[in-house]
Amino acid sequence: MSRLPDRGRIDRAVELAFTFDGKEYRGYAGDTLASALLANEVRVVATSVNYGRPRGITAAGVEESNALVQIEAPFPEPMLAATAVELYEGLVARGLAGRGELADAPDPARYDAVHLHCDVLVVGAGPSGLVAALAAGRAGARVVLVDDQPEAGGSLLGMQHELGDWVSSVVTALTSCDDVRVLQRTTALGYFDDGFVLALERRTDHLPAADRIGKARQRIWRIRAKQVIVATGAHERPVVFADNDRPGIMLAGSARTYLHRYGVLAGRKAVVFTTNDSAYETATDLADAGADVSVVDARSEIPRYWSRECARRAIAVRAGSVVTGTSGHGRVTAAHVAPMNGGALGPRTGISCDLLLVSGGWNPAVHLYSQARGRLRYDTVMGAFVPEGDLAAVRVAGSALGTSTTYGCLSDGRAAAAKALAALGMPMPDVRLPVIDHPPDEVPSVVLWAVPDPREDGEPCRQFVDLQRDATVADILRALGAGLTSVEHVKRYTTIGTAHDQGKTSGVIASGIIADALGVDIASLGTTTFRPPYISVSFAALAGRDRGEIFDPVRVTAIHPWHVAHGAVFENVGQWKRPWFYPTNGEDLESAVLRECRAAREGVALMDGSTLGKINVQGADAAEFLDRLYTNVISSLKPGFIRYAVMCGLDGMVIDDGTVARISETEFLLTTTTGNAAKVRDWMEEFAQTEWAELRVKLTSVTDHWVTVPLVGPQSRAVLGAVAPRLDVSKEAFPFMTWRDASVAGIDARVCRISFSGELAYEINVSAWDGIALWEALIEAGKRYGITPYGTETMHVLRAEKGYPIIGQDTDGTVTPQDLGMTWVVSKKKVDFIGKRSHERAENKRPDRKHLVGVLPIDPQKLLVEGAQVLSSSDVSKPPVPMLGHVTSSYRSAALGRTFALALVRAGRDRIGETLYAWHDAELVPVTVADPVLYDRDGARRDG
Amino acid sequence: MQLIRCPWCGPREETEFHYGGQAHVAYPERPAETSDADWAHYVFFRENQKGAFAERWVHAAGCRRWFNAVRDTSTHEFLAVYKVGEAKPEVAR
Repeated sequence: MSRLPDRGRIDRAVELAFTFDGKEYRGYAGDTLASALLANEVRVVATSVNYGRPRGITAAGVEESNALVQIEAPFPEPMLAATAVELYEGLVARGLAGRGELADAPDPARYDAVHLHCDVLVVGAGPSGLVAALAAGRAGARVVLVDDQPEAGGSLLGMQHELGDWVSSVVTALTSCDDVRVLQRTTALGYFDDGFVLALERRTDHLPAADRIGKARQRIWRIRAKQVIVATGAHERPVVFADNDRPGIMLAGSARTYLHRYGVLAGRKAVVFTTNDSAYETATDLADAGADVSVVDARSEIPRYWSRECARRAIAVRAGSVVTGTSGHGRVTAAHVAPMNGGALGPRTGISCDLLLVSGGWNPAVHLYSQARGRLRYDTVMGAFVPEGDLAAVRVAGSALGTSTTYGCLSDGRAAAAKALAALGMPMPDVRLPVIDHPPDEVPSVVLWAVPDPREDGEPCRQFVDLQRDATVADILRALGAGLTSVEHVKRYTTIGTAHDQGKTSGVIASGIIADALGVDIASLGTTTFRPPYISVSFAALAGRDRGEIFDPVRVTAIHPWHVAHGAVFENVGQWKRPWFYPTNGEDLESAVLRECRAAREGVALMDGSTLGKINVQGADAAEFLDRLYTNVISSLKPGFIRYAVMCGLDGMVIDDGTVARISETEFLLTTTTGNAAKVRDWMEEFAQTEWAELRVKLTSVTDHWVTVPLVGPQSRAVLGAVAPRLDVSKEAFPFMTWRDASVAGIDARVCRISFSGELAYEINVSAWDGIALWEALIEAGKRYGITPYGTETMHVLRAEKGYPIIGQDTDGTVTPQDLGMTWVVSKKKVDFIGKRSHERAENKRPDRKHLVGVLPIDPQKLLVEGAQVLSSSDVSKPPVPMLGHVTSSYRSAALGRTFALALVRAGRDRIGETLYAWHDAELVPVTVADPVLYDRDGARRDG
Repeated sequence: MQLIRCPWCGPREETEFHYGGQAHVAYPERPAETSDADWAHYVFFRENQKGAFAERWVHAAGCRRWFNAVRDTSTHEFLAVYKVGEAKPEVAR
């Protein structure tokens, strides 16, 4: 076992059983999957995606680029870094070869989201973040502190320090502040404008199974902060060398974290390869824990302090040397070390080891700052991009700012809080910092991206830049050879930085290698964009509760329960559920629709038309307003009367049609297409508020207030007469295109003589509360006539037989009223209306525009596909084949005893009687062009 | 997610708003007497400049009122918001 008996913050009282790659292991509460695997001597965790090379654990946090696992139980979850999975009882996982598998069953867990507003958001509960949160909290600010670990402390958790119980005392002090909320296990995913930060909280995986019940597994916090303090720390950066992917090669600071936080000694015989002082802390701590350690330092001069500390522990230090390569089967067994002078490698020696630790410096985690549009500056000593300065609402503190000492981080945190509080106009409280000594800073770091290829055995070696993508230095050079010079282009060409870890350890190295190869300054070359999310986040978490039935609102009418009870098949029309047809005795769509159509044309039928958009327009200038919006004259309409009307856009194209009923001098009720109701209302509102703000007019959507039931067919008068005995339903007293208020089945109703079917028909409107009562009364009264409910499909057939277009199906935004053959609905008298001037444009007056016409297949049983192209010639042997237009609607008609279609055809009205061809499923179907009105052309049935 | 200050409701999240294009493009006084070219410019042509740009917005999922704003199109920063009918404010930029 690599577990040491006396170290770590794990809870040895709570043992956890888990399974990895089919074998059972034990770890402790407080472990990650990675630390538990290391404790159990599991060194090979995954397999590389392209080359199939064995891979191990390289880090101790979210920057891990290698140890990818698939969780199998309790619920499958792919592509997780073993270093970021908290160990829990019963976890079953396996190592991945680059790609995971999504579950094929729905995730039973619940996810949710919470909005949070605060004065100061502090991201990261390390030394800087804790001080900043404490200062802001004591000042009385509303503070949120988020931290991605199970407990506060940040880097302090992974080191030996002199601060004693300082962390827990600060955490306690935070709880005594008025308004401080601390969210552990919560990762800030990204910064999105104006202080908006998304964070992901992991709430249940670490709990015993019984305690997970009833809790959302993960939660998205949508935090809006006035001031954000970014104290997210830094990621250690490796140095690239040949065969740098062998299991047992790890970031130096991570080995220190495994030692102090998890009580795991990652190896017994360690070589520490460094370019800076920080790795000496690891070297001495590992030696103190019993490891045999030697140091390879790329710097020619070794700091005196660290020389002494190493000498005390018999740690050999090689100055001016580098690791050029490694050997080993399955895991590293030796580091190849050579002196390096001015880029030239000296003679190579091997040092046997089971752990090779690497430190090439530290990259501040500037993601949030950069996403807030903070500018980065290249620091030549650190070899890293660091924040250039504060933003108005975003401040950076600690190692995220490039600060390397704990005391520096503490004082950064205090300074950031002071500035944030000043910006908020709040006084800065007195916050004392503990005093800590640090080793002297004697020799600066050197910047080393990659050790030259030693060409062992005379062959080029694999020097991995992005382990997860199996992308190498050679891949970068190939990209440059292809002429790419931008880091963003090289990233996409090589895929470096596009994997799960998003290049946390590889991105800046890639920039450095590119800069060196091109001979340009890395400061001007820059690095790739720090895009959110900072860690990978599941779609389930982002979707939260907005999935399944509540992904999008479902709108149903007041009569919906009746339709369900009577076996309606529904179709979605926008958010509405509408009955499509009502099959009886196992009918299919076609036979049900033929039966429903026959009932409407020969007896009586009814449908639920409640989804029709309805807008109430009121005001002294309502008539003038509608005159300007519709193509025809509305102001001449008398109360009690109804007019069909068409609305165009500024470009003259039809945007909607419907009916306008005048209720009084100052009130109108309009109907719109079901799917267009909101759009039309917005369109009208826009003109009412902006262009014609002087008009006294108010608009109200009343779609949901009214239930509308078209009662259709030759027997509709008899049925209505039966349920509305006091309403004179005679042709003379209640003619077509008028409305009457009446009591229908004892319910206050507004009955309109409107017909979208071409039959004698009444649209009965009642309050939505009375919808079912009306419907059932009509069904009851119509029984003796065989009253038949019909759905949208029958509605479409009936209207198409009459040549009534559906805006949005028979039109597509390039169709004028004239194209539809509706010059009669376009006023010649009005000086202006929306679209009038555009109708006069030369393009819109061309005689060869596409017209809406009827199209009858010569074979009366042939049902054309909607969208079929219409051609003038049957010769399609040579492209291009001229297209005349396309079929917009196509149905089988009970009344006509045949199939028929509507189509937009170039100069179609001049072609009536001609034979054209429709390209139907790779087959040419001859058709005859006809007038679009195929049924009851003189309207005798409708007006009857 | 940006905050947009509705002149009626105060700052609200951008998903509550719809964009309405360039502001202060008046409907021609006499459309019938407007040339085809001028009419086409009115219907189809809009400025697309970098920097401070006066444009129309509507608080669609809020009070549903239209208003005008000056926004920097290169940073998305709202420099001013003002009600319909008010003159475009001068912004320092």
